[in-house]
Amino acid sequence: MSGEAAVFWVFAALTLGSAAIVVLSRTLIYSAFALLVTFFGVAGLYVLLGADFLAATQLLVYVGGILVLLLFGVMLTHKIYDLDLRTETTQLASGLWVAGGLFVVLTAVALKTEWPARARLPASTTTPIGRLFLGEYLLPFEAASVLLLVALMGAAMIVRRRRDA
Amino acid sequence: MIGLSHYLVLSAGLFGLGILGLLTRRNAVNVLMSIELILNSANLNLVAFSRYAAGNLGGQVFAVFVIVVAAAEVAVALAIVLTLYRLRRTPNLDDAQVLKG
Repeated sequence: MSGEAAVFWVFAALTLGSAAIVVLSRTLIYSAFALLVTFFGVAGLYVLLGADFLAATQLLVYVGGILVLLLFGVMLTHKIYDLDLRTETTQLASGLWVAGGLFVVLTAVALKTEWPARARLPASTTTPIGRLFLGEYLLPFEAASVLLLVALMGAAMIVRRRRDA
Repeated sequence: MIGLSHYLVLSAGLFGLGILGLLTRRNAVNVLMSIELILNSANLNLVAFSRYAAGNLGGQVFAVFVIVVAAAEVAVALAIVLTLYRLRRTPNLDDAQVLKG
């Protein structure tokens, strides 16, 4: 079991370290690339938790979709000659108090509560998840497809340049 | 032996970092990145509970739905940020005060 612990600590350090860079870096493009490492770290933790389908989804959707979209956002909201892409931080002290307080409370709850322990999952999760989507969770599954369509059309409508205005 | 509490504390740390970024960054794209950190920490909790406490796949199914909602959210939010940038020529949230009387 020490191998599992070593892999966990490596991925935990990777995730938390790069998340700290995302939040604290003064250069926006560094934040974006640190976010890439964070997503990879979380995907590694999913593999460690036995969620193989979710790890693949994390890599495909977050790294392939959301991160590329965020990079577009970084590039499009700065003038092209504005090369250092600096960003400011405000109210760091009070933000640290709130975030630190939340972390302490959540950690105390996580450590004090007696969680039920029933660890028995199938070795491969893709087939059972597919059956759940098309069986028990069919209605949310269909609602999610409508949500994605509406969100895409809404995003296209918002950024469209109006000719008559 | 790695257990449930390890993952819960790790995800609390990720959540705290996301909240810190949400509160202190001025750039709108950077705030969006912090929201992604928060959603990832919630997902990590769901998967860890599904593995250690529930013993079924419900948590993983919920995590997939969270990923779907995150994709929709970031598309719409970036559209708003781009429109704001076109209007005000700045990505800073402090300058978005058009609705302030």
